[in-house]
Amino acid sequence: MRRFLISTSRVFHTGTKNFIRNSWLSTAATAIMFVTLIVVSMTFVANMTFSEAIRNLTAKIDVSVYLKDSVKKADRDRFMTELREQPNVRNVEYKSKEDALAQYREDNKNDLELLNAVSLAENPLPATITVQTNDPNKIQEIAAVINTDENKALQSDEPSYSGDRKQAIDRIISLADFLRNSGVVASIVFAVISTLIIFNTIRMAIFNRRDEIEIMKLIGASKWYIRGPFVVEASLYGLIAGIVTIVCVGLLLDTQSANIAQYIPEIMYTRDYVAAHQVVIALAVAGVGILIGIVSSMLATQRYLKMHATRRSRRMKRG
Amino acid sequence: MYGKETTALNRVSLHIEPREFVIVVGTSGAGKSTLLKLLTREEKPTSGKIVVGGIDYDRLKDRDIPLLRRKVGTVFQDFKLLANRTVFENVAFALEIVGMSNREIRHTVPKVLELVGLSGKENNFPNELSGGERQRVAIARAVVRQPKILIADEPTGNLDPKHSWDIVRILEKINKHGTTVILTTHNQEIVNKLKRRVITISHGKVVKDQARGSYTQQ
Repeated sequence: MRRFLISTSRVFHTGTKNFIRNSWLSTAATAIMFVTLIVVSMTFVANMTFSEAIRNLTAKIDVSVYLKDSVKKADRDRFMTELREQPNVRNVEYKSKEDALAQYREDNKNDLELLNAVSLAENPLPATITVQTNDPNKIQEIAAVINTDENKALQSDEPSYSGDRKQAIDRIISLADFLRNSGVVASIVFAVISTLIIFNTIRMAIFNRRDEIEIMKLIGASKWYIRGPFVVEASLYGLIAGIVTIVCVGLLLDTQSANIAQYIPEIMYTRDYVAAHQVVIALAVAGVGILIGIVSSMLATQRYLKMHATRRSRRMKRG
Repeated sequence: MYGKETTALNRVSLHIEPREFVIVVGTSGAGKSTLLKLLTREEKPTSGKIVVGGIDYDRLKDRDIPLLRRKVGTVFQDFKLLANRTVFENVAFALEIVGMSNREIRHTVPKVLELVGLSGKENNFPNELSGGERQRVAIARAVVRQPKILIADEPTGNLDPKHSWDIVRILEKINKHGTTVILTTHNQEIVNKLKRRVITISHGKVVKDQARGSYTQQ
């Protein structure tokens, strides 16, 4: 047990010492790790903001159904109940002719001409049922209910989800879907590329020290005693890069959110989310950095740690 | 040994007694180094049996190889010192890996450095030393754990005659303390003056094994 503690502390000590002695390499590796983590974090922030923006946008997509003036309350209620029973329906609202007129007056209170075009006595505005959906992708299901013959008979006009408007809504929905998916794909691609770059950097660092590994092996150091310091060193790249990333992302969100919010108000949502979960996010970012460091250094040392020469490694040594 | 291309050693049978001082001679490529690499398990034989100090290599698992190498001290022609560590740290490394405490290390290393005549050079880095001094650091590192066997693969190969003799004298001293020494060399003068057991290897076979041998290069 005592030996184990001595060895472990030596491994950490050597790893830290190597990190400091090879300061140039450590700086380069940490910088690359930082770039990876900042790219991944930024993609995460962007993804979250856009997702929220898309969600807000699509939440505004609703279907308005215009009723004939002659529709009785019983029919109207039956129609509304039928709509409410649809699983994809979030909310169904009824607006009477009077309410519609009041709304119209409120909206156009500065435009006398438009105000004069309608009067209480001859109210041209229809009563409206507005349907909001949970998932705008499934708006077709609701359209099907609206367009049954029985319900169609109650309507004075085509519902708002039809013709040109239908096309516009469908395009927004498919675009939103595309953006969301490509955000996820981009994050994954970035993460994979940067992990490869880091892996290569650490591999070259270890390649430069393969003689050292060879000597340690010949003197009888165990695999873990040789590998440990490299793993500690690479974890330090990850830890430091992780901390710098968290600080940078935090500062950027704090100082730049107000500017960005002019164009994408949803950035505030992301900022608040990050602020609310800062400890978990900080641990996750640092953890990802450390994990990449550990895995890369383990893989990179593996080939030099074989205890007796294989034909392949011998050929390599001879050059 | 070298895949299908070459056989470095063929049907070699040897027995070395504890505390013996054995010199292995032969031209380059005769198989001397391969013989020593078999003992440190840098190479595996395709067939045959190796037993060192009671350890049967057939039963040796890969993870036990570090333990074996701690029991056998090794000195190489090219020193194999860690360039970014001082003399003291290079010798101490051999003790660090077996988990010795810093206090014991501080106590042991100076004694060994004194044995090889390097007192006062503790804080020098290898590139600040002469070839002979570097080889003495390597010997100090090999014997600091008091191994039963010391393997020296052409330790004088890169040294001038004076330094070569220094090294040989140190090896004799270590042998006197009770360590089995296996030395390979090209150097006729050393072989002939030492008057020890000489094993001559040629084309992968033992061609001569004399108790008080001599060596003349063909």
